[in-house]
Amino acid sequence: KNGVSNGTLYKKTFIEHFEQAPMYVAVFTFVGFAVGTIFGYLRDFMRAWGLEKRNIATEREQQKDFVPLYQDFENFYTRNLYLRIRDNWNRPICSVPGPQFDLMERVTDDYNWTFRFTGRTIKNVINMGSYNYLGFAETDVNALKTVTRELEKYGTGVCSTRQEMGTLDKHVELEKLVAKFLGVEDAMVFGMGFATNSMNIPALVGKGCLILSDELNHTSLVLGARLSGATIRIFKHNNMQSLEKLLRDAIIYGQPRTHRAWRKIIILVEGIYSMEGSIVRLPEIVSLKNKYKAYLYLDEAHSIGAVGATGRGVVEYFGMSPNDVDVLMGTFTKSFGAAGGYIAGKKGLVDFLRAHSHSAVYATSMCPAVAEQIIRAMKCLMGLDGTTQGKPPSFLPSFLPSLISAATRASLWVWVLLAQAKPHPAARKYCNGSVKEILLIVILIL
Amino acid sequence: MDVRSTLSYLYWLFCQFELITCSYLMEPWEKVLFYSFNLAMLGLLLYTTYVCVAFQASSAFQLLCSFLGTPRENALAVVK
Repeated sequence: KNGVSNGTLYKKTFIEHFEQAPMYVAVFTFVGFAVGTIFGYLRDFMRAWGLEKRNIATEREQQKDFVPLYQDFENFYTRNLYLRIRDNWNRPICSVPGPQFDLMERVTDDYNWTFRFTGRTIKNVINMGSYNYLGFAETDVNALKTVTRELEKYGTGVCSTRQEMGTLDKHVELEKLVAKFLGVEDAMVFGMGFATNSMNIPALVGKGCLILSDELNHTSLVLGARLSGATIRIFKHNNMQSLEKLLRDAIIYGQPRTHRAWRKIIILVEGIYSMEGSIVRLPEIVSLKNKYKAYLYLDEAHSIGAVGATGRGVVEYFGMSPNDVDVLMGTFTKSFGAAGGYIAGKKGLVDFLRAHSHSAVYATSMCPAVAEQIIRAMKCLMGLDGTTQGKPPSFLPSFLPSLISAATRASLWVWVLLAQAKPHPAARKYCNGSVKEILLIVILIL
Repeated sequence: MDVRSTLSYLYWLFCQFELITCSYLMEPWEKVLFYSFNLAMLGLLLYTTYVCVAFQASSAFQLLCSFLGTPRENALAVVK
């Protein structure tokens, strides 16, 4: 479905298959929707003719002569189909979202029109939906020691924007750590992950630029792209032929009316798409970007910390260098158990964003306790906190050369001690009794 | 107990039917309406089957019996 991929660009085989549902599943789904629609029409008829009480928004009598407000399909669907099953979603929880959590009990007396809380909690519900990928969102006191210390030192409120008085030493420390973690020159952190996308894309592109965005991009990317005022073109999800066609057309035909060259062409993709679960075809996109001189904006919200041998994201998963991607963006909400987002890349880019990002000028900066939580999570992943919980075991190759040299030196010392006891008769022929001196000199050189 | 597993399997089938036709989500009076409509349709189908197909089946059976018994001038003549 996504076109043939260029297998020579990948370092290891990249197979993605999404199985198609069997035919009877599709037929039964339509049967269910048909029955639901028929009953929806029946209920609407009963509501319109007064046989049933109306619980939803309707127009007043004076508004009946105007354009109808609630007759479109979306309202019909919400009123008749979504309402029947909406007790499955949006339930408040009352504990940390670990592997199990506590749920507030909620009942409905009138078939999902209204809900009320009984006041009891359902304990130990299995968690299948949180973003707590690595388990850093925890309440263990030993794990949160540094976070508690920073909370007592700084409090919770920063009460200012980054450019005014909101840049703390914690933010500087965190930004250096993020840059080191990703292997780039510099990084900047923001208080909210959604706002990182929607406030920084307008700072990077404007009118006269072209945005090529994937079909299934997140709302934050779409909002940022629309806010920027640039022209947006959509390519089919993970389909490199579609992207290449768009790039070629953009370069050949230029801007719509004037046919001038585009000021900037930027490709917006995500590392892992949250709804589909598909991983971006990064090597192909980078080769396309290099060929057609476009920029790449990679949103690693779900893949940072979770994908790759040491958790560095899709860039490491495909064995590529972070210099291939122009703008590396990610969030701390998912794998790090905190809140906020970052943008990382070359120092020039990050300096520009420090001055021109809307979030830096107007939005409050990250809370220092949250920054400390990210620091502790990142240090655990990099192995800097002294434990090997986060880092995979790779100690052997690093001290092997020193091990070899130490072993050599030890064996030579043993030989020297033995030689001092009785000088070798064969060596006497070549040098008169100076074997010991030569050995000592050799050992000293080593 | 074989009966219990059979009953639970039948209950599971009934739950699948309820989910597919969205009758799991309906209010009780809607369920009554839907099931009565379905049962009425099913009854009508069975009655039509009985009336139409029975005649065809009986005439075909008589034809078969005539082959075993006396030979006839033409195969289409049905014994009254």
